[in-house]
Amino acid sequence: MSRGTIRAFLVGDAQADRVVPPSGFTAHLTLFVSAAMAFLAVFALALSMASGRLADRWGEELALSATLRISAPPDQRAAQTRAALEILNQTPGIASARALTAEEQAALLEPWFGPDLPLESLPVPQLIEIIADDPAYDAAGLRLRLSGEVPGAILDDHTRWRAPLVDAANSLRRLGLISILLIVGATAAMVTLAAHAALAANAQVIEVLRLVGAKDRYIAQAFVRRFTLRALLGAGVGVVLGMAGVALLPSADDAGGFLTGLGFQGAGWLVPLVIPILGAAVAFGATWAAARHRLSELS
Amino acid sequence: MIELEHVGYSYGGGDLLSDLSLRLAPGSFHFLTGPSGAGKTTLLKLCYGALMPTTGRVQAFDMDMASLDRDQVALTRRRIGVVHQDCQFLDHLPLADNIALPLTVSGRDMSEESSNLAELMQWVGLSSRADALPPELSGGERQRAALARAVIMSPDVILADEPTGNVDWEMSQRLLRLLLELNKMGKTVLIASHDLALIRAAKSQVQARVLRISDKTLHLAGADL
Repeated sequence: MSRGTIRAFLVGDAQADRVVPPSGFTAHLTLFVSAAMAFLAVFALALSMASGRLADRWGEELALSATLRISAPPDQRAAQTRAALEILNQTPGIASARALTAEEQAALLEPWFGPDLPLESLPVPQLIEIIADDPAYDAAGLRLRLSGEVPGAILDDHTRWRAPLVDAANSLRRLGLISILLIVGATAAMVTLAAHAALAANAQVIEVLRLVGAKDRYIAQAFVRRFTLRALLGAGVGVVLGMAGVALLPSADDAGGFLTGLGFQGAGWLVPLVIPILGAAVAFGATWAAARHRLSELS
Repeated sequence: MIELEHVGYSYGGGDLLSDLSLRLAPGSFHFLTGPSGAGKTTLLKLCYGALMPTTGRVQAFDMDMASLDRDQVALTRRRIGVVHQDCQFLDHLPLADNIALPLTVSGRDMSEESSNLAELMQWVGLSSRADALPPELSGGERQRAALARAVIMSPDVILADEPTGNVDWEMSQRLLRLLLELNKMGKTVLIASHDLALIRAAKSQVQARVLRISDKTLHLAGADL
């Protein structure tokens, strides 16, 4: 459709619009259902975008970082740490390797043991934070070398617990997208039913219009325009309410973790604005198909 | 104008019409008569493409009806004014809008046509009822409104199915005068009616051919009237 046609469609032909009698409460039902569907779509979208972000973050950030744990008797710890750091600095594919300070290790343990932990009195292993380069180092090769030269070192590249979390986040994203598809399908089904009902209720109008020489396009447009605008308006209201709901969720913070991260970020806030347009397009297609089907049965 | 060649039409049960030929010449005036159920309405519907013949072919304005797509059928109907026995309107629109409906659906500029509309409503004597809704009209008013709607596009052919079926004698005379006037303007007119008094009244004023449907086909019936 050209721009002129779209404008003509939106502005409408006042005469053409009048040939179909104004509809009563069914119009409100269409509005309500499209608003409800758009509201749900906003949350499904927020879910899939948030879990997508989560999966990406876990996938990328954690893949880059690894931890080397050195459990050695206190008198050998410093020496083994030095030896390990030396090996790490020589290993290709490692951007940086840094031994955590005692304060940093205490901060890591604080959530579990409280602030007054006498760290010195415990056999806490030394941690070395490894940031991988691109391309990354060969973990198996590094393990082998470390086991020979630094017997107390254990390399943990997080793969073991990262993979299922990324899987879970990806599943959530898939679920969100499937929900959106179902919402689109349900909207199309609802509009089709409503359009068929409207066409059946106006059988006499359609017959009269055919008799006086109206083209199918003219007859269909009166119905298509109404349902499209109703879906657009209803979905618009639903999206505004849904976005307000998402905006009012507590913001993500350090302690929040997963659920409070539900929402949109930055340009992501523009994505739900597509929903009313999608809703209108679905209503347009569904009504057009229903009208065509109905009219083709008439002479 | 409209030509039927060896047309047959059958409903599920059996043949209603068979081997029927008819040619409506420009400016001619035809009556179509015959007992109820003989197929008068079916024949009219074949003429404007509401029904398609099961055999033979129907030509309107030198085009085979069967070869037209739906939009072309719509365009053809703008050249054929139809008055039904039970005329239907858009019940939510005032009478003036209903009569102007063919103009509206064909995208004519209504402001240019308003004087034509007023003149036409005057001609059928419905000026005072312009704002009435169709359900408020009497049977005669509906018939006249349907006639006005059928002729507003200035069609070449007017098909009327029992236009006087629901009205008294005086009103049927008035409707007949309107149809005769249209014929004088050069329109082709075909009226289905079993009202013999009406046909006799018409024959005294116009060179009308009377066709009778019997035995599933058309016969020229002139002498016995």
